[in-house]
Amino acid sequence: MPLQSLDIAARSATTLPSPNIRRTEEVAKLIDISKCIGCKACQAACMEWNDLRDDVGFNFGSYQNPADLTPASWTLMRFYEVEPAGQLEWLIRKDGCMHCADPGCLEACPSPGAIVKYSNGIVDFVEENCIGCGYCVTGCPFNIPRISQKDNKAYKCTLCSDRVAVGLEPACIKACPTQALVFGTKRAMREHAAERVAELQERGFKNAGIYDPEGVNGTHVIYVLQHADQPELYELPNNPTVSPLVKLWKGIAKPLAMLALGASVLVGFLHYVDVGPNEVKGEKKTDDQKEKH
Amino acid sequence: MTNNWIDIKNANVVLVMGGNSAEAHPVGFKWVIEAKARNKAKLIVVDPRFNRTAAVADLYVPIRAGTDIAFLGGVINYLLTKDAVQHEYVRAFTNASFIVKDGYGFSEGLFTGYDSDKREYDRTTWDYELGPDGYVQVDETLQHPRCVFQLMKQHFSRYTPDVVANITGSPKDKFLEVCELIASTSARNRTMTSMYALGWTNHSVGTQNIRCMAVIQLLLGNIGMPGGGLNALRGHSNIQGLTDLGLLSNLMPGYLTLPAAGEKDLAAYLAKRTPKPLRPGQLNYWSNYPKFFVSLMKAMYGPAATKENDFGYGWLPKLDRVDHEYDMLRVQDLMAQGKMNGYICQGFNPLQASPNKAKTLAGLAKLKFLVSIDPLQTETSAFFENHGDYNPMDPSKVMTEVFRLPSICFAEDEGSLVNSSRWLQWHYRGQDPPGEARTDIDIMAGLFLRIRELYRKQGGAFPEPILNLHWPYLIPERPTPAEIARELNGYAITDVTDLKDPTKVLVKAGQQLATFAQLRDDGSTACGCWIYSGCWTEKGNMMARRDTHDPGDRGLAPGWAFSWPANRRILYNRASCDLNGKPWDPNRPLIHWDGTKWTGIDVPDFVPAAAPDKGMGPFIMHPEGVGRLFSRVYVKDGPFPEHYEPFETPLGTNPLHPKVVTNPVARLYKEDHSDLGNSSKFPYVGTTYRLTELFHYWSKHCLINAILQPQQFVEISEQLAREKGIANGSEVIVTSARGRITAVAVVTKRIKPLMVNGKTIEHVGIPIHWGFTGLTHKGFPANVLTPCVGDANTQTPETKAFLVNIEKA
Amino acid sequence: MEVNRRQFFKLSGAALAGSSMAALGFPATQAAAEVREFKLSRTTEVRNTCPYCAVACGVIMYSLGDRAKNNRASIVHIEGDPDHPVSRGSLCPKGAGLLDFVHSPSRVLYPEYRAPGESSFKRVSWDWALDRIAHLMKEDRDRNFVTKNEQGEEVNRWVTTGFLAASASTNEAGFLTFKTVRSLGILGFDNQARV
Repeated sequence: MPLQSLDIAARSATTLPSPNIRRTEEVAKLIDISKCIGCKACQAACMEWNDLRDDVGFNFGSYQNPADLTPASWTLMRFYEVEPAGQLEWLIRKDGCMHCADPGCLEACPSPGAIVKYSNGIVDFVEENCIGCGYCVTGCPFNIPRISQKDNKAYKCTLCSDRVAVGLEPACIKACPTQALVFGTKRAMREHAAERVAELQERGFKNAGIYDPEGVNGTHVIYVLQHADQPELYELPNNPTVSPLVKLWKGIAKPLAMLALGASVLVGFLHYVDVGPNEVKGEKKTDDQKEKH
Repeated sequence: MTNNWIDIKNANVVLVMGGNSAEAHPVGFKWVIEAKARNKAKLIVVDPRFNRTAAVADLYVPIRAGTDIAFLGGVINYLLTKDAVQHEYVRAFTNASFIVKDGYGFSEGLFTGYDSDKREYDRTTWDYELGPDGYVQVDETLQHPRCVFQLMKQHFSRYTPDVVANITGSPKDKFLEVCELIASTSARNRTMTSMYALGWTNHSVGTQNIRCMAVIQLLLGNIGMPGGGLNALRGHSNIQGLTDLGLLSNLMPGYLTLPAAGEKDLAAYLAKRTPKPLRPGQLNYWSNYPKFFVSLMKAMYGPAATKENDFGYGWLPKLDRVDHEYDMLRVQDLMAQGKMNGYICQGFNPLQASPNKAKTLAGLAKLKFLVSIDPLQTETSAFFENHGDYNPMDPSKVMTEVFRLPSICFAEDEGSLVNSSRWLQWHYRGQDPPGEARTDIDIMAGLFLRIRELYRKQGGAFPEPILNLHWPYLIPERPTPAEIARELNGYAITDVTDLKDPTKVLVKAGQQLATFAQLRDDGSTACGCWIYSGCWTEKGNMMARRDTHDPGDRGLAPGWAFSWPANRRILYNRASCDLNGKPWDPNRPLIHWDGTKWTGIDVPDFVPAAAPDKGMGPFIMHPEGVGRLFSRVYVKDGPFPEHYEPFETPLGTNPLHPKVVTNPVARLYKEDHSDLGNSSKFPYVGTTYRLTELFHYWSKHCLINAILQPQQFVEISEQLAREKGIANGSEVIVTSARGRITAVAVVTKRIKPLMVNGKTIEHVGIPIHWGFTGLTHKGFPANVLTPCVGDANTQTPETKAFLVNIEKA
Repeated sequence: MEVNRRQFFKLSGAALAGSSMAALGFPATQAAAEVREFKLSRTTEVRNTCPYCAVACGVIMYSLGDRAKNNRASIVHIEGDPDHPVSRGSLCPKGAGLLDFVHSPSRVLYPEYRAPGESSFKRVSWDWALDRIAHLMKEDRDRNFVTKNEQGEEVNRWVTTGFLAASASTNEAGFLTFKTVRSLGILGFDNQARV
C-alpha cells in the first residue's frame, strides 16, 4: 500500500465529505528517546529542508536552542535532567507536532481548508488559508502550533508531507544518526516500538512503554519512553484530549454561528477560549525531580 | 582506528573514555547504538561530565580531568590480580615474556636515567636483554623477575581500587563495576572497543593515556579482533590523511621521518631507520624503509633524484634532533619572541586553536606577513582588528601585512579524504566556486611557480630543491587531483621485475603500481605515500569505488573506497586467530589459515603464505613481531605509563610520589612557566570540549548551526553555583592565569563535585567554539584560558585539565 | 462569492461566518490544500563527503540546473547518501546544515590585502597577491636560510616562516603542499593533529 496517497481525510471548517475510496496505509514517526543523544540533527535537517531560519537566540542556561518552538522552528530537542530512581538521567525529547488521529487543531480551526488531515495520517497546515485566529493553538493538546508575528499565520511540522508524497521519509528521520527516529507505517512502528520496549525492560527500565495517547485516538508521532508511567518527566501530557472547549465550539458554537450570532458574543467567546482554563496545560512540575536544561 | 566505524557494532563492551563520541561523532556513534541493540553490548562512559554519550550509556562513572592513567592503571592492576587476561594471546602475541635489561627500574615517580637539567631520560636501560644470537631473551613461563609481565605486575600493583578512587574521585564501587565489565572481554568470544579522541591526547601525559589502553587491549586479546581495537576518532575530515602524508613538523609521507643533522648521507639516514628482527622468523616490515624512502624521493624530485646524489637526500631540511622541534607550540613560542617573519595558514585558525590566545596574538603582531588561505573569514586573518574585550587590538599599531586568499570549500572540490577508518574516499565538485575562490591545489601551484621563477631568474639561497622539484603536471598552474593521486599511488619509472626472478616483469615502465610490495629502492619506482599504494592502480581510481557489498555482515565493506594499507579493514587481523590459525571466536571470523595460505573476508595483515607454525608474530611492523606491553625506548616518558598530575594540579601534590608531581619530561617553555596558576588563586579544574552543534571555529559561520548553539556558555555543578551565588542562565566571569572570559552559566546536575585526596574538586566545563567572527553572538574562545604545556611525545597542549576561577559577573 | 484571504481576515469575526458558509455548502475556494511541490525533482545530484569530522559521511549535493553550458550550478540542498556504509544517509547537525556553509555570508570571495597599520582589507587581484607573497617569502628565505647548524652540520632549513596545513583539504592538495613546503626547506610545518 502506498504511503504517499494524499487524499484528504478531513478538512477544517468544511462539511463536504472527503474522497474515501482509495486505500492508504497510515504512516508514523517513531521517536525512541532511549536512543536519542540530543544532537539536534533533526532540527538542522528540518530547517534545511523546509527553508526555515529562525532568529539567532540566546543561551538561557540550557542546551535547548531555540528556547521554544516558534513559527520557524518546527521541531526542538528538549533536555531534562531527572533522577527518577536516584540515578541521574538526561532525557532528551524531540518535540513537535504529534499528528493526532483526532487533531484538536483541525477541529478548532474556523477557516475552511486551513488545516487538513491526509489519509496517511499527516496533519498539515495550509498557510494560504490561515487567518491567524489562533484557535489551533488552543485546540492543540500538545501546545505545538505557533502564530507568526510576521504574517499572522500558524506554523508547525508538516511531517515533510512533500517528501512523504514522493515516497521519501521526512528530513528529520533521514538525518537521525542513531535511529532514535524511525519512519514507516503506523503498524510497523508499533511493532518496532514493542521490540524496543521489550529490550529496554530487559535492560532494567521496568516501566518502559509506548506513548500513543488514546485521548486523541492515537498519534502519528509516537514515542518509546524509558518511563512510560511518568510522561511528565518528559513534559508530555498524561492523558491528552481535545479540549472540551473545542468540543463545545464544535457542538454548540458553530451551529449557533450558522444562525449568525452577533460579533460581540463571538469576541467574548474567543476571549474565553484564549485565556480560560485549559486542562491540557495542567501538568505539574515537581522541581526537586525535574529541571529543564 | 585499528578497526573501523562499522566494526563497532561487533563489540560486546564499548568504552568511551577520553572522548565524547555521541557529541563529536554522532553518525559514527550509530554503530555503538547498533552494538547495544543487536549485540546487547554494554556502553561505559568515563568522563568528568555526564555528557551526551552518557545519556545513552549503561554505566557512567565520573572522573577528575587529567587522571585517566590512574584509572586505567587500576584497570590493569585489576586484570592482572584477577587473572582476567587472554593467556594464550598474551604469551604468544605480546612481549610479556621478553626479558628487560638489568638496570631498568622505577622509583619515587622516576624511571631510570633521568636528567633533571635537560628534563630528559637516558632511555638505554628501557630495552630488552639480547642474547648472544642477537635476539631478545625470553622466559615463556613469565616467571623471570625481569620479564615484562613481572615488571608490569609490579609497576601497576600500586594502583589499587582505593588509590584509584583517591586520585580520580571516581566512586570505588563504580570503578570496580567498570573493571568487571572490561575483564569480561578477556573471553575469546567477547571483545571491547575503546573509542577515544582529544580527551586523551590533550594532556601532558597524552601518549601514555593511550598506551594504557593499548596495554589493556593486549592483555584482553582485543587487538586485531572484530569489535575490538584501539580507536582514535579523528576530528577533521582529513586530519588522518594529512598526518599520513607527513604534514607535520618531523614527518614525511607514510610515517617516514625527516632526517636529523648529523645523518650526513642517505646511508646514515637509512641505517638508523631500517631495523633488524629481534626474534627469529619475524617479518619486520620496516626493513623495507629504503624502498619507501627512495620512491618518495623519486616522486619529489623525479629525474633529478639519482643514485649518485643520494636521490636528493641532501635537499631535505634537517632537524637538530629527530623531534618535534618545530611543532605548532614551538613556532608559536618563536613567534612571540619575534623570531618568525612569515606565517601561512591554509584552512587553519591558530588564533583560536593554539593554547593561550594572548601569546598567539602578540606573536602574530610581530610577523612581517601573514597569509590566510581559507573559504571563511577566520579570526586569525582578522587578528589585527579591534573587537573590544573579544580582541583587544589596535590596528594602527600592527605592522603585519595580511593576505586573505579565498579557497574553495568541499562542495566545489574534487579529490580524496581519509576518514578515521583509514578509508580514502573520492568526492566530486557540485558547483563552481563563488567569486574568485580557487582550489588549494591551484593556490599552492600559483605560489610555488612564482617562487621557482624568482629563483630561476635571480638565484638565491639553496635553490636546488626548488628548481629540481618534480612538477609533471599537464597544466603546471592547475595540476589535477587525478594527476596527484596517481603520484601518491606510485608508478614504475622503468620496468619493475620480480625480486626472485629478474626475467619476470611485474610492472611495465610508466604503469601504475598495484601495491607497495612493488616498490624498489633503486630508483625504478616513484611513490608519494607508500601506505596509499593501491589507491589508483592500472584498474583506475580505487578510492571512487561504491560497492556496498559486505561479506559476512561484519561491516568491512571491502568494495567501498580504498582502505590503507592494501585495502585492509582491520589492522593486526592475524591476531584474531589462535596459534593454529583458527579464529579465536569461530562466530566472528575475519581470516584464517586454510592449510596453504591465509584467507578470509578481510585482507590478511600478514604474509599470505606464512604458516602459523613458523612462529611469525602478528605485529609485523615491529621487529619483535609482537605487541608491546613494555614500550621500550619509544615513549619518552616511560616504558610503562605512570600517573602524573596536570601541570596545573588542584592538589598541589601527587599522592603516588609527592616529589615528582607532574610529568618530568613534558615540555614547558620558560616564558610559559610564569603563566601557570595554582589552586589557591584558581581552585577549580577547567576542561575544554566541543559541542555537537558546532564544528571548531568554523560552523559558527553557518546560520543553521548558529541558531542551534547561539551563545557561549560554561557548565558548573549545582553545588558550585550555590556556593558562588550563580544563577542558571546568568553571566559569569571565568579566569585563569592566562586570561579572562565572560559567558552564560549553565548550572547542571551533570557535573558533580568529586572527593579527591581529601579535597572537594569542582570542574568548570568550557566549550571552545565562539569568537569574534561568524553568525553566533560574539564570544571568547576557550584558548584565552588554556596553558601552553606540551605532551612529552607529541607536544599536544594540555587543554583538558587546567586551573580556573569562576565568579558571577 | 470569492473572498481572498486578506479580505477574509479583515472582516472581523468573519471566521465564524466563513466556516459557517462552508458548512452550509459553499466550497472553499481558497488555496487548494495540497502538499508543497517536491523541490528536488529536476536538480542535479553530485556525491561528496562531509568536510567536518573523520566519520566522513557520504552526502548528496543537489544543485540547480542540469549542467547545461549556460547554467551556473548552485547547490540548493544537501542530504545524506544512503549508500554510504558508515553513515547510511544520516548526518549530524553540522552535516545537516552544510548548505549554510556553502552559502555562508562569511565566505571570502576575492583575494584581499591589509596593509601595515590599516584597519581593514581591500580587494586585490590574484596576480598581485601571489606575486607579493612570493616576493616576501623569497626575501625572508634568502635572508634567513640556514645551511649549517652550530655544530657545523648540514641542515638546509628555513625556520623564520611557518606553514600550517589545512585538515579538511584533499590528499592531493596535501601532497602538493608537502612537496612545496619541504622543497622550500620549511620546518615549522604542522596540521591540526596536535590541537
